Amino acid sequence: MEIYELSVHELQERLTRREISAEEIVRSFLGRINKVEDKVKSFITITEESALQRAREADRKGQYLGIAGIPLGLKDIFCTRGVKTTCGSKMLADFIPEYDSTAWRKLDEQQGILTGKLNMDEFAMGSSTENSAFFVTHNPWDLNRVPGGSSGGSAAAVAAGEVAFALGTDTGGSIRQPASFCGVVGMKPTYGRVSRWGVIAFASSLDQVGIFSQDVRDSALIMNIIAGHDPLDSTSAAIEVPDYASYLDGSVKGMRIAYPKEYFGVGVDDAVKAAINKALHKYEELGAIVEEVSLPHSEYALPTYYLVAPAEASANMARFDGVRYGHRDFEALNVVDMFSQSRAQGFGDEVKRRIMLGTYALTSGYYDAYYLKALKVRRLIANDFDKVFLDYDVIISPTTPSTAFKLGEQIGDPLTLYMNDILTVPVNMAGLPGISIPCGLHNGLPIGMQIIGKAFDEGTMLKAAHAFEQNTAYHTLKPELGVK
Amino acid sequence: MALTIKEVEHVAMLARMNLSEDEKQRFTEQLSSILNYAGVLNTLDTDGVEPLTHILPAFNVFRTDTARNSMPREEILKNAPLAEEGQYKVPKIM
Amino acid sequence: MIIYETVIGLEVHAELKTQSKIFCSCSTAFGAEPNTQTCPVCAGFPGTLPLLNEKVVELAIKTGLALHCEIPPISKFDRKNYFYPDSPKAYQISQFDMPVCKKGYLDIDVNGSKQRIGITRAHIEEDAGKLVHQGDITTTPFSLVDLNRCGIPLLEIVSEPDMRSSAEARAYMEKLRSVLLFAGVSDCKMEEGSLRCDANISVRPAGQKEFGTRIEIKNLNSFRALERAVEYEVKRQIEALEDGEELVQETRTWDEDKQITRSMRSKEEAHDYRYFPEPDLPPISISRERIEEIKARMPEMPEQAQMRLVRDYGLPEYDAAILTLSPETLVFFDDCLSRYPDAKVISNWMMGELSRLLNQSNQDISNCKIKPDDLVQMLRLIEDGTISGKMGKAVFEEMFADGKSPAIIIKEKGLVQISDEGSLLPVIEGIIQANPKVVEDYKNGKDKAVGFFVGQIMKSTRGQANPAMVNKLLKEKLDSL
Repeated sequence: MEIYELSVHELQERLTRREISAEEIVRSFLGRINKVEDKVKSFITITEESALQRAREADRKGQYLGIAGIPLGLKDIFCTRGVKTTCGSKMLADFIPEYDSTAWRKLDEQQGILTGKLNMDEFAMGSSTENSAFFVTHNPWDLNRVPGGSSGGSAAAVAAGEVAFALGTDTGGSIRQPASFCGVVGMKPTYGRVSRWGVIAFASSLDQVGIFSQDVRDSALIMNIIAGHDPLDSTSAAIEVPDYASYLDGSVKGMRIAYPKEYFGVGVDDAVKAAINKALHKYEELGAIVEEVSLPHSEYALPTYYLVAPAEASANMARFDGVRYGHRDFEALNVVDMFSQSRAQGFGDEVKRRIMLGTYALTSGYYDAYYLKALKVRRLIANDFDKVFLDYDVIISPTTPSTAFKLGEQIGDPLTLYMNDILTVPVNMAGLPGISIPCGLHNGLPIGMQIIGKAFDEGTMLKAAHAFEQNTAYHTLKPELGVK
Repeated sequence: MALTIKEVEHVAMLARMNLSEDEKQRFTEQLSSILNYAGVLNTLDTDGVEPLTHILPAFNVFRTDTARNSMPREEILKNAPLAEEGQYKVPKIM
Repeated sequence: MIIYETVIGLEVHAELKTQSKIFCSCSTAFGAEPNTQTCPVCAGFPGTLPLLNEKVVELAIKTGLALHCEIPPISKFDRKNYFYPDSPKAYQISQFDMPVCKKGYLDIDVNGSKQRIGITRAHIEEDAGKLVHQGDITTTPFSLVDLNRCGIPLLEIVSEPDMRSSAEARAYMEKLRSVLLFAGVSDCKMEEGSLRCDANISVRPAGQKEFGTRIEIKNLNSFRALERAVEYEVKRQIEALEDGEELVQETRTWDEDKQITRSMRSKEEAHDYRYFPEPDLPPISISRERIEEIKARMPEMPEQAQMRLVRDYGLPEYDAAILTLSPETLVFFDDCLSRYPDAKVISNWMMGELSRLLNQSNQDISNCKIKPDDLVQMLRLIEDGTISGKMGKAVFEEMFADGKSPAIIIKEKGLVQISDEGSLLPVIEGIIQANPKVVEDYKNGKDKAVGFFVGQIMKSTRGQANPAMVNKLLKEKLDSL
């Protein structure tokens, strides 16, 4: 087995036992990047030099902290001091922040090694990473297919063994959906669990930082580092963080699992349904109580999301005006033209569409009918979950209605593409934690199972995910990629 | 709910985003179809439902009033497309 | 001829007195080099988040209490969207439908008549940066942006349209300033922009119920500007109506140089601020206990002080109003009063000589060289007859100019009052003998004659003769002739 194939916890063990050095680990991953990056195209920026330097530093010190020497990638939405942070946009093609996002700073403090910044849909708007202003990322399982999005680069990089783990963000499914498409673990914690400081905002009331990893244990380990209250983010919760690894005992005996009937309806592929049903049987076998429930407002989640998120985005995108950073049109002779031209040139199609949609939903004549209405429905959606969680520990569903689609297949009709988020969006609406884990293959493409937890109870969710993983082998499947 | 090109132009003006004729046309159709889809929300009775603006039940998150050093000016201006005399430079307002 | 009524409402922005900005730790100090008090938060960099300064909320509540406002139990922030180069996020964090203070009032006094002006609301918001134009705003090809002021905490205090004249508007503004100063919530330095005022002005035929077309005037940075702008605008609007023009709702700016208002924005540019709840900031909850706690620590407000001055020291209302225009003035007065018992005498000197000299030299009572103790010393010297009141004025001017104590000035100038008969009588007799014609007038009952003699006597004693003594001796002498 190659070093780059090892999980974070395996790498940790070998490093602690001094069987390998940090530099060896980093070189192995950099070698892998060299080999497969041309095919996968997950990185916008590769920080090879500094990665090696940091690895050597860790080796020299001889004392390894939490994730010393472990190569990681960050979705290019995380601000990294001194390292270009583009958010997948022409607007920020040359932007170099002078500050670090909190999540990255915490990883850095534990000697995690940044090997690069990963591709994404521009400003995290999209479900295929085809909205990146720079290039398209390919699904390692089938290079003709999308990796999902918006954190497609992060999912693909982990699936292809280019990094040991990666961070992404999830506003409506942007971690879970690509994790599902790429056959890796993708976890979105509870809203407020991980600081949003230094993460370029898309929809502030929904955005949450999360993790891509090879297995559930790795996600738990990384959660232990990045979770927790941050005084720099007023919406980060001052709620104690447990040791997530302590939940991973492999047992779901007596656990109460709900599956919402609305999540198995029209539009969900039979193969996907079959895989989830099989998984639910597995849980029963393992001693869990599995029952059908109803989340009656599920069908309203997607339209609600496509009003709330663009409305917030329209304001979050407004700061990109060509004055202090970012793309600027130098031809404009007055400031209004400068704003309007810089933004017209700097933003891509989907970003423009959502700015337009969000701006419209907030205009005085339509605020009540669209935005306010959506906020009220959002309450109803959250209430649905609250009710189910009175009686159940976790909720299980498919992550996406289908497996990864072909590149270019869904360009053109935004509404069809938005349907990809139909099973993930409700979780963001309610601010709950959700994780996608591999639970099968169909025609050589991974299927993801979504496990939803109670607010701030990521532990139980991870426990359920881990138990499944312990009793199946889906997470060990790796894409061929035509290279060894 | 069908939007008109005029409305799209107005929204683009509010959003300070110049659109090409093609974009105006396309967005008019696409936004209409998305809003039409969102129309399903109107079938729900939401009378008396409190809008959900903050998912966390948190209040009064404050910092204490202490002034600290600001960022060095060269750093705050470093990413500026155009700067002069320690300030951001923009074309005329009028 | 139609008689018009003026309707005025004011929106006042007061900078709240904090060390650091509202959402970041940058300093609020005035006058720094451009962009040296900025950081990624107040400069609106991507990925940054606001952190609310607790002091801002406390000062806002304090202001609300001083203005007799309701303090709702829950209040929240909203984003107000608009593009401008001095607004880095292109939205201002403000409060829309749930402000921190609602429904208060302010009592004003105009020419002796009291009036109550309603306060609609007061809400917290962040200030914008500053645009520096190279040359004139209309002709310059470029402008420069300084973000130091971005994120300075403001309280916007919105009045009801309850004012009917420029004098009332000015009185409201002055009273509001004194309330903010007494509450200790703002420096209210209009020249530094820490107190700014926009006026909504309309006119309507007297008796009409509906309001006329509202015109907003910005950039009113002094009491005088406010008064002048209202007068100009009322005249302009009435003339327009008389000429049969239709007024359009618009924003105008006060041009201080030309003393006129000018239209600011083109009419076709629609404004739609698209307010929505700020997701980055949890709401504020203010308990009854918190309000009581702040109430208990509220300093004396100008109205309470006025009442105290009238009730406890018998001062006229007018004096009390003037002495409570700023906390420094009141502190000065109270300090004097703790050392000298006659409130009216102190008040007369403060409102007369002191205020005249301060105005002349454009100084403030807080940095003036005369301290309460000096004034009291001087009052004692007058009282014990060492100097006359008139001499006191001269001494006072010296005190004001170089801060010396009155005793030293008197000594240096030899300014002691002559009160003994032996010294005064020869002078009085000499002047009577030299003016037989005036003595004749006196005998014929002309009162003026006495004044003439007193003037001559004072002149020949260089003002040092004790006036009471002079009057007494002069009268005795004349009547004995």
